[in-house]
Amino acid sequence: MVLQLFEGEKIRFAAFDADKDAEVFSKWTHDPEYLRLTEYEAARPLAPFHIKKKFEEMEKEAGRDFYFFVIRTQEDDRAIGFVHLRWIEWNHGNAHFNMGIGSPDDRRKGLGSQALQMFLRYAFEELNLYRLTGHTFEYNDGAQKFLEKHGFQLEVRRREAVYRDGRYWDALSYGILAEEWEAKQVSGSK
Amino acid sequence: MDNSLFTGRLVRLAAREPENDAATIAAWDRDTEYNRLLSVEPVLPPRLKDAREMLERPIKDRFFPFGIRTLADDKLIGFVILMNVNHVYGDAFVGIGMGDPAYRGKGYGTDAMNLVLRFAFQELNLHRVSLDAVATNTRAVRSYEKCGFVHEGQTRGTEFRNGVRDNLVCMGILRTEWKDR
Repeated sequence: MVLQLFEGEKIRFAAFDADKDAEVFSKWTHDPEYLRLTEYEAARPLAPFHIKKKFEEMEKEAGRDFYFFVIRTQEDDRAIGFVHLRWIEWNHGNAHFNMGIGSPDDRRKGLGSQALQMFLRYAFEELNLYRLTGHTFEYNDGAQKFLEKHGFQLEVRRREAVYRDGRYWDALSYGILAEEWEAKQVSGSK
Repeated sequence: MDNSLFTGRLVRLAAREPENDAATIAAWDRDTEYNRLLSVEPVLPPRLKDAREMLERPIKDRFFPFGIRTLADDKLIGFVILMNVNHVYGDAFVGIGMGDPAYRGKGYGTDAMNLVLRFAFQELNLHRVSLDAVATNTRAVRSYEKCGFVHEGQTRGTEFRNGVRDNLVCMGILRTEWKDR
């Protein structure tokens, strides 16, 4: 079978389409819980107009080295989340990624797992990166378990780097090397 | 006038002048080994024009650059920058470069770092300061430990130079751990 980088069983990766997607991305920025799970910057709701502007700015800032995919369901082609890659250091083969599934209804169904596996394949087999870094927070147990399940190792614990809900929390960063990801593919444990 | 905030034992922190300082800074960057330790970007032969433009860039809210000058003869010997200052959580990153090789390994950099920590905690009222260093740069890591920075982990194989992969050492210091030196 021909390798498919953007087509999964339940989800697919699509380019960001401002006309189609700005509305639902705006809706997610009105959910502070979602923002705290996925974003470092302080929460603020954004209108579809500003989502579009922000996307254009991110694109401009990163130049050509900007990879932002919308996660869409195969079943009904709904935008359910995003995954993106930034701060790519081509000379070292390192990059940072972030992802989110916007609605709680779409979580815990394996959709995020499928998206991450597809994204790791894209990072290691298409972009030929050496390692990938992911960030989360001390209070986000779900993300920690998720990253560990997919072979990431906890590398850095920046103590008390984030202050939310009246207390400080550690910021965690996780890394996975291409060889670690490849070993998992061979052993067949997806 | 009390100027102790910016004055240490060996050095003081000063504003950087585009006209006067650009040539000195561009000359430092000709040293590949030094330049590689400053950033993960591929090194390039420096241009005077770029150095001047960097110094002319507006100084914004999240970015506090300083020149390091000797107290003995007011010579510019390096720079230190507080960047990505996050006023919401009180966190920032610091980067330091001791451009003049004659002043490395003699306590000048440690003195400058102590001053910028004093600025971070006493003037900006930050909660913590973070930094990264290449693991092989043991002189820098020792200096950071002396200033009170604590090891918080290493990112594996992040640096790839001369065909060798090195870790990045990540360190941080909390306001409660900081002692004015």
